[in-house]
Amino acid sequence: MTNLRIFFVGGLTSYRALFGWLSPWILIPTFLFTPLFQILLFVYIGRTAGVSDDRFFLIGNAVVNAAVPCLFAMGNTIGGERNAGTLPLLIASPASRVPLFLGRALPVILNGFLVAVFALVTGSLLLRVDIPPATWGGIAVAIAACSVSCTGLGLLGAAIALRVRETAVLSNIVLGILIVFAGVNVPIGAMPGWMQGVAEWLPMTHGIEATHDLAAGHRLGEVGGALLTELALGAFYALLGLGLLRWLEWESRAKATLDTA
Amino acid sequence: MRVLRLVGVAWWLQLKIRSRSAFDGLLSLLYPAFFATTIFMMFRQGDAAGPALLSAAVGSSAMGIWSAVSTTAAFALQTERRQGTLELLVLAPQPFALLLVPLTLSMATIGAYSMAATLLWGRLAFGIEIAIADPLIFVLSVVVTVFAIAMLGMLIAISSIRYRAAWALGSAIEMPVWLICGFLVALSDLPAWVRPLSSVLAPTWGVAAMRAAATGQSPWADLGWCLLTAAGYGLIATLVSRWMVHSARSHATLALS
Repeated sequence: MTNLRIFFVGGLTSYRALFGWLSPWILIPTFLFTPLFQILLFVYIGRTAGVSDDRFFLIGNAVVNAAVPCLFAMGNTIGGERNAGTLPLLIASPASRVPLFLGRALPVILNGFLVAVFALVTGSLLLRVDIPPATWGGIAVAIAACSVSCTGLGLLGAAIALRVRETAVLSNIVLGILIVFAGVNVPIGAMPGWMQGVAEWLPMTHGIEATHDLAAGHRLGEVGGALLTELALGAFYALLGLGLLRWLEWESRAKATLDTA
Repeated sequence: MRVLRLVGVAWWLQLKIRSRSAFDGLLSLLYPAFFATTIFMMFRQGDAAGPALLSAAVGSSAMGIWSAVSTTAAFALQTERRQGTLELLVLAPQPFALLLVPLTLSMATIGAYSMAATLLWGRLAFGIEIAIADPLIFVLSVVVTVFAIAMLGMLIAISSIRYRAAWALGSAIEMPVWLICGFLVALSDLPAWVRPLSSVLAPTWGVAAMRAAATGQSPWADLGWCLLTAAGYGLIATLVSRWMVHSARSHATLALS
């Protein structure tokens, strides 16, 4: 019961605190304005380079924007506590770490999902890209899977934040890696073999591929394998994050380095 | 002479301060490199070669200069406020706008590192032949562009002094400027209503000058417009900063807004 309370109430409280920080002055430019301009930028570069169609860049760049809240907000669950001076209280609390951090992940997943859906819907209207209405349900499932897997990666970033102060810099680097490797603007098949190998292990890769297939008329069942792989990757990174968090927390106590990272 | 000394010494000091964090330094090189890598791959996929690829390399490398300035400049005065040095800047016996020139110039200088690194990356990883037709004029174009972007950064810094979440504003204008200033997309490919906006933005002229110098065309007209727009930013920033400082003094809100 206590764990459920920590999961839901703690997660919601943390999210509301995050939104106290994420005022509309931040929310609108970061979550609404930037994704749209990223889509427009790559659509126009794609036209200049003479590759692919607008729909390819629209889908890739809209879906990858789910990673923005998932990576930055999760990183901030530790970084924000440190800035507020509440990190020692969080670490000293007897609460189980799994519901504590997974509860914080749940609203972030929803946030990432809504950002990507907004970017995709608005981008398709702006660019007049036709995505058949019948495909939107499946696409929503694919975007949700991407948000879950990216939040798993964000949890790993949150753990690293126990050692690294510049969590925003770290999240920017991870986001850059996703933009290059996850098939956002260049199809995975057009990448060198070693890049394809890296892409296989990244969140977003399988979800974006599935979204392309769904928009092209494939049924949800046909992309089920890709979406399961996406979710499995998210679970892998989340477990890695929780494990690292446990180890770094122990090390911080042992070496008294919690607030000196 | 005193003004030049002030700008020179403060620029060097700011450059050293900004170079302290290895993590930040890494980001200023890596972040534009991520975008450049994607763009090189897109152009490769489209079988671009020769001047088209060189043009893409110049444009994508110049993106780093703007990246280094946009977010950091918007947040520059908030940082001074947090450090407790904003009052000292306002009290200094020099125009407030002038004190911000070395600040944003140091940011743009770091962007110039990233430009060099991206060009090198394009050469080494993608085999792009960086055959600059007129290297000296190209370097001059880069210097003028760095200065002009620094002046634009100064205007942004002053305009966002009352905006607590200024970093979000700076971050949000990064990609629009890449797009509408023709870093990679020809202005003629953009909707006609965008072009007047592009023409008042100094990076448009700076990037056009760099591209002209790289491909052996005359960059002088573009350089002239670049300097003219930069001077315009300086003038506006001076007027706005006087008004802002006066308002902050009379309302006693310098540290609060």
